[in-house]
Amino acid sequence: MNQIDYTIEPQIIEGNPTQSQVNDAIAKPLETKPTWKYYLALGISVSMLLTGAICLGYTFYYGLGLWGINQPIGWAFDIVNFVFWVGIGHAGTLISAILFLFRQKWRTGIARFAEAMTIFAVMTAGLFPLIHTGRPWLDGYLFPLPNQHHLWVNFTSPLIWDVFAVSTYLTVSFVFWYIGLIPDLAILRDRTKSKVKKIIYSIFSLGWRHSNTHWHHYEMIYLVLAGFATPLVLSVHTIVSFDFAVSILPGWHTTIFPPYFVAGAVFSGFAMVQNVLIVIRKIFDLEHIITLDILEKMNKVMLATGMMVGYAYGMEFFIAWYSGNPLESFVFINRAFGNYAWAYWIMVSCNVIFTQLFWIKKIRRSIIPMFIIGVLVNVGMWFERFVIVVTTTSRDFLPTSWDYFKPTLYDIGILIGSFGLFFTLVILFIRALPVVSISEVKAILPNSQPKHH
Amino acid sequence: MESRKLYAIGALFNDPNKLVKLAKKIVEQGYKNWDVHSSFPIHGLPKIMRLKWSPLGYVALILGLTGTTFGLFLTWWTMSVDYPLIIGGKPWFSFPAFVPVLFELTVLLASVGTAIVMLFIIFKFPNNRHPLHDTDYLKKVSSDNCGLIIEAKDKKFNYDEIKSLFSQFEPDSIIDIYYQEEETSYKPKVFDWKFIVFLIVVAILTSAIGYLFNNVILYLPPFDFMMNQHKLNPQEASTFFNDGFGMRKPVPGTVARGEAFYPFKGKPDEAGTKLINPLLPSKENLELGKSKYNTFCSPCHGWRGEGDSRLNGQFPNPPSLHSEKVRNWSDGRIYHVIVEGQNIMPSYSKQLTEKERWAIVLYIRALQRSLNAKQEDVQ
Repeated sequence: MNQIDYTIEPQIIEGNPTQSQVNDAIAKPLETKPTWKYYLALGISVSMLLTGAICLGYTFYYGLGLWGINQPIGWAFDIVNFVFWVGIGHAGTLISAILFLFRQKWRTGIARFAEAMTIFAVMTAGLFPLIHTGRPWLDGYLFPLPNQHHLWVNFTSPLIWDVFAVSTYLTVSFVFWYIGLIPDLAILRDRTKSKVKKIIYSIFSLGWRHSNTHWHHYEMIYLVLAGFATPLVLSVHTIVSFDFAVSILPGWHTTIFPPYFVAGAVFSGFAMVQNVLIVIRKIFDLEHIITLDILEKMNKVMLATGMMVGYAYGMEFFIAWYSGNPLESFVFINRAFGNYAWAYWIMVSCNVIFTQLFWIKKIRRSIIPMFIIGVLVNVGMWFERFVIVVTTTSRDFLPTSWDYFKPTLYDIGILIGSFGLFFTLVILFIRALPVVSISEVKAILPNSQPKHH
Repeated sequence: MESRKLYAIGALFNDPNKLVKLAKKIVEQGYKNWDVHSSFPIHGLPKIMRLKWSPLGYVALILGLTGTTFGLFLTWWTMSVDYPLIIGGKPWFSFPAFVPVLFELTVLLASVGTAIVMLFIIFKFPNNRHPLHDTDYLKKVSSDNCGLIIEAKDKKFNYDEIKSLFSQFEPDSIIDIYYQEEETSYKPKVFDWKFIVFLIVVAILTSAIGYLFNNVILYLPPFDFMMNQHKLNPQEASTFFNDGFGMRKPVPGTVARGEAFYPFKGKPDEAGTKLINPLLPSKENLELGKSKYNTFCSPCHGWRGEGDSRLNGQFPNPPSLHSEKVRNWSDGRIYHVIVEGQNIMPSYSKQLTEKERWAIVLYIRALQRSLNAKQEDVQ
């Protein structure tokens, strides 16, 4: 058995590169011509995006009647996709802010990428509330702007809390991400040979000159932003869960929803980050910066959050029985054994059963099994939201109006389009900006810091 | 070379330990205008450089509290002053429901505001004209080294002294940093013709797009949904009903909700004897009667019931309400006229509720008494 010395912090970056080697490795995707694989990936994701755009265009012209929603299921794919994508975003903030506050240095390799994913995922998510209003050109009224009708938004409605939470989340994530990018853009500005790129980098690096009087404030603002982003990320999914929990429908009206939603969000977000990182470290040769150790740690987080989600599933059933409320028990029995039992069991097996494989160290550390489990987790988490939304509404208080939701082609097209939008943004991002934070990686290299102060 | 102005002397190091030692020495010697550059923050340097504690924490606190206060004002003013709505039987100012919005506004203002303060106020960014840009010094700092400069404007600046001081600490290289030509002779070019053309093009484009959007695009489907609705406006003709009227009459023999059946149809004298005004001539009832009289009756009967119509002959003037006949009518008889109409006066039973009709009767009585006052009224 190997003896591990726990007094020494393990090396985060493998192979002891010099500072300029870090520059070269991270800037390589930006400075080399991409291979045909890159264009293939871009082509596929742009086609998905266009599919969604066409379906969306039809929806705008003809109205929401093209979707599968009707009485009593008035909320289906739109809100499911919204909650799913907001959840994906949460992993990014967890990695960049919460792990920063906990001084987890292994986050440096993946923080930038995870933050970018947060922004793209929240952008994708933000589309759904906007399009499900049916007349998206009137969405300005979602904000409390003074208007000639003297109308204000209803601040007691969870849907308005959602508008504030998601738009704040997007803005703050963007600021956090951009502040982190400034020093890296300055490094790129100083090393690029192309004139056009130099102008672009100069504009966006704002004239950063690596001064330590600036770094002094910079480290402070990073702490402040991380301090604000941490409660913010928890509040966002809490408020998303209020969309359901504040209503009085059995199956939605539960106090477990906020923590349960946050755990689920982190769970699916980590799965998505892990999936995309596995692909990126492979095609851009970043295996020594995004190491297997980092992926293993992410798998551990997924194992933990997966069990929290499993606990929540169990607790919902317990409370449904313990409350003695027949409507509540009916909803949960119907969930597991009723008309949508297939969706329920996809959700349970993907989220709770398959993730248990991460107890085995070998699976946690081998790429293909963990990739497959990551995909399954995302499938499972999408179905979790589907189960919550659709099973409850399809069996409402009036049995004559009970119905079975079937998605139309437009629903599915828009779902595909949302993945297309997300992956297109990710693929463009890896060629346009450094996927790993150069300055943060440099700061944790051995010999980069003075030995004594 | 000599004509260029010197900005600073820089020393580049590969080993941060040497740099830290040099920095300590420079602080000892009392230089003021100097700085350390590295492409990542070096731990412990702010203390060595004796930098003041960063104020950004307080900035965030102040901005955050500003956000909370603004949110509190916004929610309170909109929900309980400007457009009060009762939702779920809760008070107008239901604070718990506003907490999420307050929290989000706090975080939003604190984060974005602090970032703006740091970048644009403390750092004075964007600043791409700083003399350090495009120098070998900064390029090396960006890739492999960390460096230290002493600016020429420092009071203690002495070229040879600093060079020898630097070389004591074995730097990898010592670089003289000069101002570039365009940095010393830079003048802002606001009135450059290219910039003015750019402004004009932007102005034309925004106006054109604005015009197109407001006057053309918003009248195309699907944006015109408000103009083409499947409904009839008041007074519009209908092709659906046989009589061609869009507005429908009540079904014969029915009584609207909240209305009582009127038993004296076509029997004015019986109504005059049997109907009794249920309202007392209180101030409240008279105010109601006045407002309804002014709205529905005064256009023809005049503000004081003298038959002085405001319709300029478009509709025949009615006789005065102060005539002997009307003054001797009972309350029920006047009420009957309001319900059924008389001569060319139509029925007002659809416009006025029962209580409003009786209130109008009270008001008419008050008008009559004001023009035909009795002796005991004068006191």
